[in-house]
Amino acid sequence: MTAAPAHRIKGGVQSPVRHESAIGHVTGSALYLDDVPTVPGTLEAALVLSPHAHARIASVDFARALAAPGVRAAIAAGDIPGRNDIAPILKGEPALADGVAEYVGHPVAAIAADTLDQARAAAKRVEIAYEVLPPVLTIEEALERGLLVAPEQKIERGDVGPALDAAPLRLAGEARCGGQDHFYLEGQIALAVPGEERDMQVFSSTQHPTEVQHGVAHLLGLPFNAVTVDVRRMGGAFGGKESQATIIAGIAALLAWKTRRPVKLRLARDDDMQATGKRHPFLIRYEVGFDPEGRIQALDMLYAANAGNVADLSPAVIARALCHADNCYFLPNVRLRGLACKTNTVSNTAFRGFGGPQGMFGIEAVIDAVARHLRLPLETVRQRNFYGIGRNDTTPYGMKVEDNIIERVMAELDGAVDLARWRSEIDAFNRANPVVKKGLATMPVKFGISFNLTTLNQAGALVHVYTDGSVHLNHGGTEMGQGLFVKIAQVVAEAFQIDVEHVRVSATSTGKVPNTSATAASSGTDMNGMAALDAAGRIKARMAEVAAAHFGVPAGEIVFADNRVFAGNKSLAFAELAEMCWRRRVSLSSTGYYRTPKIHWDGQAGKGRPFYYFVYGAAACEVAIDTLTGEMRTLRAELVQDCGRSINPAIDLGQTEGAFVQGLGWLTTEELWWDRAGRLGTHGPSTYKIPGSRDVPPVFNVRLLPDAPNREDTVFRSKAIGEPPLMLAIAVWLAARDAVASLGDHRLAPKLDAPMTPERILAAVDDMKARSA
Amino acid sequence: MAALRFLLNGQRVVEDSASPTMTVLDYLRGVRRLTGAKEGCAEGDCGACTIAVAWPHGGARYRAVNSCLMLLPQIDGAAVLTVEGLAAPDGALHPVQQALVETDGTQCGFCTPGFVMAMLAFRQGGETADDAAIHDALAGNLCRCTGYRPIVDACKRAAAAPDPLAARAAEDLARLSDVPPGIGYTRHGRSFYAPRSIDDLHQLLRQNPEAPLLGGGTDLGLLASKERRGPPVVISTQSVPELKRILRGPDVQTFGGAVTYAEALPCLDSDFPSFAALVRRIGSRQIRNLGTLAGNIATASPIGDTLPCLIALGASVVLRSAEGTRRLEVESFITGYRKTDLRPGEFIDAIEIPRLGNGQRFVAYKLSKRFDQDISAVIAAFRLELDRGRLAEFRAAFGGMAATPRRASALEAALTGRMWRRESLVDVDALVARDFQPIDDVRATAAYRLRAAANLVRRLQLETGAGPAPAGLDAL
Ligand SMILES: Cc1cc2nc3c(=O)[nH]c(=O)nc-3n(C[C@H](O)[C@H](O)[C@H](O)COP(=O)(O)OP(=O)(O)OC[C@H]3O[C@@H](n4cnc5c(N)ncnc54)[C@H](O)[C@@H]3O)c2cc1C
Ligand code: FES
Ligand code: FES
Repeated sequence: MTAAPAHRIKGGVQSPVRHESAIGHVTGSALYLDDVPTVPGTLEAALVLSPHAHARIASVDFARALAAPGVRAAIAAGDIPGRNDIAPILKGEPALADGVAEYVGHPVAAIAADTLDQARAAAKRVEIAYEVLPPVLTIEEALERGLLVAPEQKIERGDVGPALDAAPLRLAGEARCGGQDHFYLEGQIALAVPGEERDMQVFSSTQHPTEVQHGVAHLLGLPFNAVTVDVRRMGGAFGGKESQATIIAGIAALLAWKTRRPVKLRLARDDDMQATGKRHPFLIRYEVGFDPEGRIQALDMLYAANAGNVADLSPAVIARALCHADNCYFLPNVRLRGLACKTNTVSNTAFRGFGGPQGMFGIEAVIDAVARHLRLPLETVRQRNFYGIGRNDTTPYGMKVEDNIIERVMAELDGAVDLARWRSEIDAFNRANPVVKKGLATMPVKFGISFNLTTLNQAGALVHVYTDGSVHLNHGGTEMGQGLFVKIAQVVAEAFQIDVEHVRVSATSTGKVPNTSATAASSGTDMNGMAALDAAGRIKARMAEVAAAHFGVPAGEIVFADNRVFAGNKSLAFAELAEMCWRRRVSLSSTGYYRTPKIHWDGQAGKGRPFYYFVYGAAACEVAIDTLTGEMRTLRAELVQDCGRSINPAIDLGQTEGAFVQGLGWLTTEELWWDRAGRLGTHGPSTYKIPGSRDVPPVFNVRLLPDAPNREDTVFRSKAIGEPPLMLAIAVWLAARDAVASLGDHRLAPKLDAPMTPERILAAVDDMKARSA
Repeated sequence: MAALRFLLNGQRVVEDSASPTMTVLDYLRGVRRLTGAKEGCAEGDCGACTIAVAWPHGGARYRAVNSCLMLLPQIDGAAVLTVEGLAAPDGALHPVQQALVETDGTQCGFCTPGFVMAMLAFRQGGETADDAAIHDALAGNLCRCTGYRPIVDACKRAAAAPDPLAARAAEDLARLSDVPPGIGYTRHGRSFYAPRSIDDLHQLLRQNPEAPLLGGGTDLGLLASKERRGPPVVISTQSVPELKRILRGPDVQTFGGAVTYAEALPCLDSDFPSFAALVRRIGSRQIRNLGTLAGNIATASPIGDTLPCLIALGASVVLRSAEGTRRLEVESFITGYRKTDLRPGEFIDAIEIPRLGNGQRFVAYKLSKRFDQDISAVIAAFRLELDRGRLAEFRAAFGGMAATPRRASALEAALTGRMWRRESLVDVDALVARDFQPIDDVRATAAYRLRAAANLVRRLQLETGAGPAPAGLDAL
């Protein structure tokens, strides 16, 4: 019917287009906020942090600080013109500590000075009188005292008490996983520039420009339309620049407001690590009832998170943890309770996976215990508990798992690596080696996509076609390295059938696309891609009308392909048509909008369909431990990752590898250490160890699951990728447990929590040796 | 120095006004507006600030260093390359840049300029690009996004292409040969001295009794970088040729008081491979290109990695002042927590390490949370000699176990003379506990330190006793 050529455009969907800033990255010309030249007169700021975990702030005296050279302003909570509240979910979370300091590192005051050194020096001269109060530092203490930052959450099905009693076998246990600093390479930073009248322009390294806009507006007592927030790129974020960026931007804006000058606040790494939140550590307790085959009949679990001093995003993190406490398993009778414990530590926050990793860590501890108790392979017990297809397919929160492909994913993995053979190699090695022991384990993952809170699942985009055929694209998502910009550009290129180089994505701005959600929950491409597709579709329809009139055919016969627009065998270049539209006074600009369908969530009841779909994956990992020192190496990792029909396999591969290694860090070297006074001892890379290149398994193979289009109607049937692979690293924890268990002939469950520092591994080894002697 | 003179990306720079305690990173970003190098930590651990420097005394090649730790005058007379200076004039990327693009080795890109420079320095070294060498070369650079696989691949890919900058260091240094070496740079009431001879050094020390010596600045530089307060006067040892001497005598190896780890390594490799392997785990290449043995000794940290090794080896420091020279065993030179017997006007002229006698062996171990670029929880160093299956001589020194690195006297006394087999080690936990009362801190608990220290003696026995040594992790 049409003569549209089979020729593909360059950089459409499914092609491995490079990150749009790759050349800028390698030449150093990609600009991060601190690289952008500021106007003369711009001030630099520094924070004054509480040295106490819990203290009443009796007085703040700025006299000595203000007298220091170059100092232009000093502020504390009392100097806030609007409302000192930047809480993302609940209320009452101050940007600057008000009356009490609730953790070591709590920002109490801030200074603006001509230079950064002057600001930091003056910050040390602020005299604050504290009345020290006793702190609560651990989850256990908070549990004992019933200290929570938010109400308990519960997901329940069946009657767990009687079901536990009725189960033939029963085990109870406990597992712990540590927190994790985001360690984005670019620290928190914001630049606030006061404009005319009451306007405030904020450049922020944030995943959530809208929340920064709201936070700044609240602090300054302004309507939202007076505040514009821009972000071009972040040097990494991982959840750490979702709510936390608002603190930094808010304080910069307060100082800018006070001085009427642009103010930049860039945190030193130590301040960043002490003042801003991290992944939640969890204490998990369980009681499980099961049959002799390993089928779980009843499970009662408590997920207690260290939320830190305020709620921040903790309620949502806990909801996600509970919604992932099933991982891939059908739990007929189950009670999942989640507690956000209040402690005098930094308020923990979003971090890639957002509770999902901790939720799965808990259930995998249960499965591991059941398997060891029955002396069955982990894989066998798992397989007996997997969600079925058409039966046993409802989650504890009442959502039917309609897209279950976990058995296929596990089969792909097994097919690729031959687990049985691998296992026998490990056993042979262990028989021959007295000091070094190897372990092997797999890990299946099912991760729900969408924000639990239904409202957040909406996005906007703005597309302009210029008369030369080039396209300007803007959307609510932010670029933090995850390749969102290039993916959305591909989507728009595909829609218009033009080469991706003609699509330019510009900095995210609250002035262009309003009321956005955070770029989080892996949802960036899903939502913004659909919104951009909507915008492009609207423009395309108008262009098609013009083309139809031009060629004298019905609009339905117009085909966009290969940078041209066809009507049968006649065609126009895309740019020519754009020019023609303009001449005929047809708008070439449109907004686009998307709301995720099908989803709903009742947090109170712990029921609903919170997720549009699930992403699956599986991993097998081999580790070796030194039983004399507890040192460990991850030797091999084999991954299978579902990403639907990938929009960009190169980006998705990078996300998978990066997330896995980040998960590896969480479970191994990344230990957060506080002293008895609540001071974080690991507040820089000298003490806090994220993985380096040598820590990546020397054999590391990632397979993107082929031929697996999303069952749901997502953007080009792709799936979200940002978070799910992180949880594949739980295989490393299980493999280390396997290595420890080998010392007791695999009969006993090892006592090994995360992070698995040499110290924890050696303790587990010694314990295993003692118990099995 | 009337002014600082150096080459920056091939351009001559005469710097006449910047403060001598400004860091090179702040200078590049703030004064030169070269914002490719980033600040990720300001403590030498993330590598985002990595640049490459060629020094006249350093062989004609560019080496990676952390610009966040360096004081600006440390590049006086040197040639500096930053990420902005790698692409050809026509914009063609350098092979290391091109390779990173092709392997999708960048995500957020914030770490990338640092990796590019570390990779360039690696390329300039002309080593074989195998995994072990690559990890060694990249240990000073952190990436939080990619998981490193594509970056490691890029190193391999770049190794296959010729380095267009191969001759660049020699050319750049030749262009600097007419630059008169300065010995002092004073601005804003602060001074940096780079004496050219021992006599000048004596004199400067006399005139500035409070001024610290600066070796590589990997300890001292933190003051300027993190604390934002560089000392008002510093005296660098790096331009005193005598302090750069490395002598391999029949009985002792001598390392001058300004010899860097990188410079010492080839010599250590030949006589003390286990010591050399441990030195390769000190910081990163960036750190080892700057940091000196003398600096490690003078810092006298309980977790200074070389100290237990030097103590177990019976090494001495040669201390020199205008009044004369004295020799002290490293063991007696360290007098307390971060305290030494260094007297005013004195400096470490050299470190002397006795070479191993026939039948003597030396083995050192380092335990840390991460293999590379991590500070030790425990360091153990042993020198031993076996005589018909018996421990005839046994020196054991530990770091991370007390306020100073020191010998384990109860352990040494008890084990010396024993048959060297597993069964002889039943009381080693108790012996170690008699020697040390370590503390809990960020790196480990006291309990772990004690247990692991005892187990390192067990590991030593397995590796040096009769019978085949069981495979260790490093063999995997
Ligand atoms: C990122 C990073 C990682 C590190 N990793 C390790 C590690 O793994 N293991 C470890 O042990 N250390 C480590 N260090 C510490 C440091 O690198 C070493 O202690 C180094 O040896 C110091 O040498 P320098 O020349 O840089 O010392 P400088 O900072 O120049 O000086 C340190 C001290 O030594 C004095 N000094 C220097 N030369 C002389 C001399 N000739 N005579 C008398 N006094 C002198 C100085 O006055 C000063 O007090 C690390 C440091 C950093 C920043
Ligand atoms: S800024 Fe991190 S090493 Fe220099
Ligand atoms: S690409 Fe983001 S830190 Fe390396």
